[in-house]
Amino acid sequence: MTVQPSGDEVSFGRAARDEISFGRPGPGDLDPWKPPRDEVSFGPGAAEMEALPDERPMDGLALATRGLSKRFRNGQLAVDNLDLSVPAGSVYGFLGPNGSGKTTTIRMLLGLIQPTSGTCQVLGFRVPDDLTRALSSVGALVEGPAFYPQLSGRANLARLDAADRTADPATAAARIKQALDRVGLLAAADKRYRAYSLGMKQRLAIASSLLRPRELVILDEPTNGLDPQGTREVRTLIRQIAADGATVFVSSHLLAEVEQICTHVGVMRSGRMVYSGPLDDLRGTGARRVLVRTSQPELAAKVMADLGLAGITETGQQVSAELGELQPEFICERLVHAGVPVAGLETPGRSLEDEFVQLTGEGFNVDG
Amino acid sequence: MSTDSLTAGPAQSARPAAAAPAMSWLRFFRSELRLVFGRWRNLAMLAVVVILPIAFGVLFRLTINSGSGNTGGGGPAFLNQLAGNGVFLALVVLTFMLLLLLPLVTAVISGDSIAGEAGLGTLRGLLTVPAGRTRLLTVKYAVIVTFSLVSCLLVAGVSLVMGLLLFPTGPVTTLSGTTISLGSGVLRVLVIALYAAAAMASLGAIGLAASTLTEHSIGAMAALLILVIGSEIADQVPQLSGIHPYLPTHFWSSWDGLFRDPVDVSGMQHGLLSFLVYFVIFGGIAWARLNSADVTS
Repeated sequence: MTVQPSGDEVSFGRAARDEISFGRPGPGDLDPWKPPRDEVSFGPGAAEMEALPDERPMDGLALATRGLSKRFRNGQLAVDNLDLSVPAGSVYGFLGPNGSGKTTTIRMLLGLIQPTSGTCQVLGFRVPDDLTRALSSVGALVEGPAFYPQLSGRANLARLDAADRTADPATAAARIKQALDRVGLLAAADKRYRAYSLGMKQRLAIASSLLRPRELVILDEPTNGLDPQGTREVRTLIRQIAADGATVFVSSHLLAEVEQICTHVGVMRSGRMVYSGPLDDLRGTGARRVLVRTSQPELAAKVMADLGLAGITETGQQVSAELGELQPEFICERLVHAGVPVAGLETPGRSLEDEFVQLTGEGFNVDG
Repeated sequence: MSTDSLTAGPAQSARPAAAAPAMSWLRFFRSELRLVFGRWRNLAMLAVVVILPIAFGVLFRLTINSGSGNTGGGGPAFLNQLAGNGVFLALVVLTFMLLLLLPLVTAVISGDSIAGEAGLGTLRGLLTVPAGRTRLLTVKYAVIVTFSLVSCLLVAGVSLVMGLLLFPTGPVTTLSGTTISLGSGVLRVLVIALYAAAAMASLGAIGLAASTLTEHSIGAMAALLILVIGSEIADQVPQLSGIHPYLPTHFWSSWDGLFRDPVDVSGMQHGLLSFLVYFVIFGGIAWARLNSADVTS
């Protein structure tokens, strides 16, 4: 999988095949990953093919969008021709800086806002045409918790369950108790929402997405405003939800909280997908570098240049360069041979954060 | 719950059998009723709706006592009859309350209905449940109508009780000078309360539409009250007599024919037609707006 920092979408056909090896194997002889029968036609040149088949399971995709765009009435293009493919059973990290279009995408997937163009499928159902059927197995938390402050946590969940036209009232009390228990809120269930701490509010929001067994759980910034303990708890919870077999789609602007739990990531920038695929592929995309600590950086740089290394940079007593095809041992030997006093040599793994910043741009400037 | 159900395709995936739509609607309606009737603000409004008729009753009782039994021609049509029969207290109070307080109650409930959820952020939660936009609208409107009905019945009921306690009872003298039995008089007051509730229901449809246009419930409430007051003022301006029948408030008090002999219901018929037209137009606007709106709150 290649990353195209220009902001172009990664070709879909390629992405589909890459994801094959990462999804959970389907049951029986039906391998949902094997034949990308329909997807095969989605080459890079077929971007204008926006239609998704009606009423059919997208082969093993829990969420899929083609050419999804949203231009708000003020003219702002929040989402630009987005092709999203979330394999069933994955934990998909939807990354991007604030204002990159993540929440707008999620709102379109949940039928809250109408796309300007393009199509969405949720669990094989078209959205918004078939919204009720699509969403009856989806638990969602959109843009922070929102509940009635005068009601208790339990009463708030009861309210949401009562609004659900397919929920069974006979089991409501038990399901609400179970959901509260899962997020550790049972002890505070009858306290007013007004009195909840931010972490408790966030957990109640997650509980509301777990009121019924779900095939897909969409969590928009679930750890926003949480302390480190709270963040950890949410991560554990997401792992549990995934272990129960649900696909989890979690958006975040914080890479660190996602990289520990996700199997796949999609990276948004200015309304466009700049990377999508298995997390491990993203980790491996950057060029490895070699870093030398020495009291004679100029000499070291000259030796490395003679070796044909690219991207040499000197900072104080450190010199680094792209490793290329050479072995670090070989570079060390040449340096010592040339009389460079090598105090240390390492090949630091490129952190995911570096990749993330490279994809999404540095600094506080929000594009668009 | 496993990936099995997903890969098998949505058609075969195990979903709980849907409850009967009517039952699930009723459940949602009950939840909405509890929410609206459980708010202190709304309970306080109901308290005012109960206290004001009591205060009116005592006040009129004192005025009529201290005066010569006739307050002159300044009051509403039924004030002069009040000294003769307590039933007329309900009519006087309903006339007063329909000017501002009952519309205010309906404005608060209907203005808050959608805008309140949007402002709180709970609208997105309800819609992703998914509650269904049209279904949400029908539940909201049903609760607006219920709350308005309860307010109108409270006004009529409390003022009837106060009237019968503080003023003479017995056969009721109609505006035409004939008499009807007390029971018949009470029954006619209740019919008028229902008519007032229908008027408030049509106002509630306008409030519901206003509520879908904003995230600020106070804005929707204010807009509705400005409409009510503006319409009542326009209704008093003789130069605008051409538009009077089309004003939303014009027929709100057109029920005095019930206390004439023979009974004249033409005013109420026109009124109900006017309420229906307003309900259809603004109910349609609310529906179209909510079903097409991008929920970004």
